[in-house]
Amino acid sequence: MVAWTAEERAFIQDIFSKLNYEEAGPKALQRALIVYPWTQRYFGSFGNLYNAEAIINNPKVAAHGTVVLHGLDRAMKNMDDIKNTYAELSVLHSEKLHVDPDNFRLLADCLTIVIASTMGAAFTADMQAAWQKFLAVVVSALQRQYH
Amino acid sequence: MVVWTDFEKATIQDIFAKADYDVIGPQALARCLIVYPWTQRYFAKFGNLYNAAAILGNPMVAAHGKTVLKGLELAVKNMDNIKATYADLSVLHSEKLHVDPDNFRLLADCLTIVVAAQMGAGFTPEVQAAFQKFIAVAVSALGRQYH
Repeated sequence: MVAWTAEERAFIQDIFSKLNYEEAGPKALQRALIVYPWTQRYFGSFGNLYNAEAIINNPKVAAHGTVVLHGLDRAMKNMDDIKNTYAELSVLHSEKLHVDPDNFRLLADCLTIVIASTMGAAFTADMQAAWQKFLAVVVSALQRQYH
Repeated sequence: MVVWTDFEKATIQDIFAKADYDVIGPQALARCLIVYPWTQRYFAKFGNLYNAAAILGNPMVAAHGKTVLKGLELAVKNMDNIKATYADLSVLHSEKLHVDPDNFRLLADCLTIVVAAQMGAGFTPEVQAAFQKFIAVAVSALGRQYH
């Protein structure tokens, strides 16, 4: 089991309490699709993803970005058992959707950048350390079914 | 040779023109040492790195952070030949300092987060894409001597 310090828990809760899911989620997914265009292959049914402007204005991208962040919310609420919390999602992404597991890391990196650009100086090094530990655990949990 | 669009070149030049080396360099290196504590092994002679406050207040960390950013400026000024520009630095880090090349990527990630926090909304997905492409080329060039 992952050990969390009281400070780490407080940092994660604090970040989520300040997050606007309808803004940060879509922005993170948009960035992933723009910066790493090969990730678009999983979103063939989303329509126009031809350029950055199209991706940013695509309502399906925005909606799924919000869904992703609500999914992350589940990990925050179950920090002592993230592995089991994400067991079904891991199966879904590996066996049904066949998502390259490295894409979880790319999306996590984009979310970190969105949070950093939103929080600015308030996103301290200590906070970043806790946040990246949290995301690493989530990514690992999502990848578990692949191994 | 890496192909750069006019937008990418202009974006990279713009980021570095606006960058306060004395702030961004030290912050990026400090974050790297805090978030990825195993990177501290290369800085044993830097004195007190016992916790985040010590790292952030360490003048040797700050000085080396500036040096790193000035080194990155070399790549900005030689975008069409980054590989050759970094040949000597790559040899130094691999053969003399024995730095694990993955650490370049970790530092690059921290730098991206610092730049995102500084630029805020100005760090658009397109800007991020250009910046991460540039950083990836620099990291690759620094890692070349290892192969």
